[in-house]
Amino acid sequence: MTTVSVTYEEALTRYEPVFGLETHVELGTRTKMFCGCLTTFGGEPNSQVCPVCLGLPGSLPVMNRIAIEYTIKIGLALNCSIASWCRFARKNYFYPDMPKNFQISQYDEPLCLDGYLDVSVNGQTVRVGIERVHLEEDTGKSLHIGGATGRIQGAEYSLVDYNRAGIPLVEIVTKPVPGTGSLAPEVARAYVTELRDVLRSLGVSDVRMEEGSLRCDVNTSLSPLGSGAWGTRTETKNVNSLRSVERAVHSEIERQAAVLDEGGRVIQETRHFHEESGETTSGRSKEEAQDYRYFPEPDLVPVAPDAAWVDAIRTSLPELPSARRARLIAAWSLSDLEFESMRNGGALDVVEATVVAGASPRDAQKWWMGELARRANDSGVEVSALPITPADVARVSALVSAGTLNDRLAREVLDGVLAGEGTPDQVVEKRGLAVVSDDSALLAAIDEAITANPEVAEKVRSGKVAASGVIVGAVVRATRGQADAARVRELVLERLS
Amino acid sequence: MSITRDEVAHLARLSRLALSDEELDHLAPQLNQIISAVAQVQEVAAEGIPPTSHATGLANVFRDDEPVPCLTPEQALSGAPAVEMQRFKVPRILVEEG
Ligand SMILES: [Zn+2]
Repeated sequence: MTTVSVTYEEALTRYEPVFGLETHVELGTRTKMFCGCLTTFGGEPNSQVCPVCLGLPGSLPVMNRIAIEYTIKIGLALNCSIASWCRFARKNYFYPDMPKNFQISQYDEPLCLDGYLDVSVNGQTVRVGIERVHLEEDTGKSLHIGGATGRIQGAEYSLVDYNRAGIPLVEIVTKPVPGTGSLAPEVARAYVTELRDVLRSLGVSDVRMEEGSLRCDVNTSLSPLGSGAWGTRTETKNVNSLRSVERAVHSEIERQAAVLDEGGRVIQETRHFHEESGETTSGRSKEEAQDYRYFPEPDLVPVAPDAAWVDAIRTSLPELPSARRARLIAAWSLSDLEFESMRNGGALDVVEATVVAGASPRDAQKWWMGELARRANDSGVEVSALPITPADVARVSALVSAGTLNDRLAREVLDGVLAGEGTPDQVVEKRGLAVVSDDSALLAAIDEAITANPEVAEKVRSGKVAASGVIVGAVVRATRGQADAARVRELVLERLS
Repeated sequence: MSITRDEVAHLARLSRLALSDEELDHLAPQLNQIISAVAQVQEVAAEGIPPTSHATGLANVFRDDEPVPCLTPEQALSGAPAVEMQRFKVPRILVEEG
């Protein structure tokens, strides 16, 4: 047991962290990898199963063409080379989460090999090497009954739902990433963020970490600074949010540094991440890892994507997040920080659509990242989920530019649209919100205000222009905010000159 | 190539088969015979010829991503030895470690 504790900063004065990530992504195909069962999330237990995914005798798997295509898409987006011929393999093991007693996976012949993904942290670009991308089938979900923690340890028995068993699952494995020093936790997080955005832009997965369609295992090791040798790594499982990825690397750096400082040795093992404490605990040791007895899956023929198919998929790739980032930063004159905040706020798509609908980039950002982000936050939804379209926001912005609305009225129009009162124009009409630009109406209100404030009027007449604010304010109040204050001021000064 | 009695015991444990000492004495030599029979195939295989995994020469046999009707939960669970909460009930997976 480790007795000393080492702070993160101390650890980095003596050790160099190296991390790697294995990410599992459930593909968004309609049906499973090897059978026609639906993949919909949240169905009744064991309602999306058939003889193939239950491993019943005599059933035979057939590959889902779209799942293969999605995997090639991912490989191409991650700059991998695509295997011209590869096979699935049986991974044999004895947990009941696969009813066949094996999982169909890929072993030494992954579909995609040797690529990279560039990620940016604090304006600095780090290239994360991709070792492989392979395709397998997801496992069933177990409930462990009788233990104190709901975990497999200590359970008396388990209950298995096979709805998830057989859903196509892609595993993306990075090469070890050295040289990021104290930024290692942030780079790890940035990698998963970028990967999630790439997968989302490809449309191959809904990448919802909270529903388990994107899951990460994080490998971490330390080596004495400058030694050039790599340390023993641990694999932290169960890391299921972006924040947890960062915390898992951080806490493993501290823990391993304490072990090494004491002259101990880091054990190659699986560790479990605990969301509440942000720490990891020991799981099973890798040194006694079981032998999966991989062999080529005899029930599936090889996959041999020809060049024409791969080229067609390459041509169909959408604009990737890195290219989009570069394009938007240049076109909208953004700082890295502004871009990050828009991306992290989930507002990129709506802001871009608003610009396409005619608003200026600045105005589109102003409304989505300001007023609307606040509303979304208040009601606990993503800004893109608000009941208002980019076209509505562009129209509001246009009404402001034309002087029909001021910012205060514009916010009222947004209120009306969000409340389901119709388009911005309908809300303006129904609520009678247009700025009063008719000078004669304004002049009547101005004359009234001047009569009501004779001393102020006298001051303005004698040259104290600043005093006019009182009269302007009275006019704006009298018109219930619908007067354009700048125009009112002009008219007041004219009147009192 | 041969397989030791210990290796057979290990395989049995992985396969959740409870073998007595007598059964191990009996089965280990038999497995050895099976392995040496298979080893004869290796003598035939010429060097430089990769192991055959598929005999048909086919590749790229796919299905379209179209749903087909699956089983009802009742049908799916009809062969299960034990059922609870519409799920397959299975015995304890991990043995308590000391
Ligand atoms: Zn099925």
